Amino acid sequence: MRSVIDVLDLSEQELDELIATALDIIANPAKYAEACHGKKLATLFFEPSTRTRLSFEAAMYELGGNVLGFSEANSSSAAKGESVADTAKTVSCYADIIAMRHPKEGAAYIAAQAASVPVINAGDGGHCHPTQTLADLLTIYREKGTFENLTLGLCGDLKFGRTVHSLINAMSRYAGLKLILISPEELKVPSYVKQKLKDEHIPYEQTTNLEAAMPKLDVLYMTRVQRERFFNEEDYLRLKDSYVLTLDKLANAKKDLVIMHPLPRVNEISVAVDNDPRACYFKQVLNGKYMRMALMLKLLKEAGKINEY
Amino acid sequence: MNIDAIQNGIVIDHIEAGSGKKLYDLLKLDDLDCSVALLKNVTSAKYGRKDIIKIDREMDVNLDAIGFIAPNATVVMIKDGQIVEKKKLDLPAELVDVIRCKNPRCITQTEQEIRHVFKLTDRKKREYRCLYCEVKASI
Repeated sequence: MRSVIDVLDLSEQELDELIATALDIIANPAKYAEACHGKKLATLFFEPSTRTRLSFEAAMYELGGNVLGFSEANSSSAAKGESVADTAKTVSCYADIIAMRHPKEGAAYIAAQAASVPVINAGDGGHCHPTQTLADLLTIYREKGTFENLTLGLCGDLKFGRTVHSLINAMSRYAGLKLILISPEELKVPSYVKQKLKDEHIPYEQTTNLEAAMPKLDVLYMTRVQRERFFNEEDYLRLKDSYVLTLDKLANAKKDLVIMHPLPRVNEISVAVDNDPRACYFKQVLNGKYMRMALMLKLLKEAGKINEY
Repeated sequence: MNIDAIQNGIVIDHIEAGSGKKLYDLLKLDDLDCSVALLKNVTSAKYGRKDIIKIDREMDVNLDAIGFIAPNATVVMIKDGQIVEKKKLDLPAELVDVIRCKNPRCITQTEQEIRHVFKLTDRKKREYRCLYCEVKASI
């Protein structure tokens, strides 16, 4: 049974196909309105994530399907001590596809091994969040028209930020990529990610200075310093306000810069930036829904649960 | 220094100097009630210095665990004072239930009866990563 745990589970060709499907959904929504009629998505959210859960649910409703599930571990049998594997086996009896968010890293892999329906990882701790990366890719493609020859700036928590690592992995497949990694010393990209960049001859530079990097960027990907990834509250408080994007800081930016953020934001991007035409983070949310629709269609078709779409 | 020759048992030879104790602990040799010798910093023509473990009992040993700690080791099975088998080891491609993931955020910390699996991800650096959370293995 095909599941998607990591964005690297999808080949470059499959990513292209998903983007093509998403673009077709955007152009012809009526064509897909009944594509998943009679099918059920189970959203198993062992930790709260309103945005991702609602995106999956909206995606399934727009495909004509139905949704069941829970939005926190306390309202699931996990509170009684049930294993992830048993939950996945049980839910496979009720639903045609599962989207799962869990605080433990590797939980989605366990679920995928146990389930008899496709499992989509909707975030497993700090490990992977492939559908966020799909949203990011569609946004870059729609805004820039290409994935090639882009200078991508990643700013904020580059150590624990799973969306950053996934996006680097996905974008490193495309020619001409340059990376500018902007973070405090304590939140730099892990060495294994940098080693991979070196091995694949992808040029990158590290800096702590957002303003200095700004004029070079085609895409700026801001991230939040996440409280839940720290064991030490003091470290979190010290680092949480490292970067705040304001209109002043955009003075030297390119006119066609694409500003992205996986959301939710706290204060990393000033609200005043929202009205700048370069702000694309709410478009990202919408693109996430389209890519989740495309991914569910693909996995349900591969599982023989729906026909051509 | 003299250690008695083994009549029936196992000799793990050519352990990288300094790794013998790690292997002794990983194989839980402390739990055995037979004679076990851990020899440290033995002169070796091939490696300069090496560690050796001798176990005075026929038993199954986890060759993956030995290969993980001591990929250059030779495992010699002895019966009635004679060598009956000699195995040259290598880094195993996969470790199953040899070590546990130390990442407190890993699902293996909470999921019941799970296999603890690590994959060899970098042979040159002898680096293993957890199958589930992909965090680097440490002993």
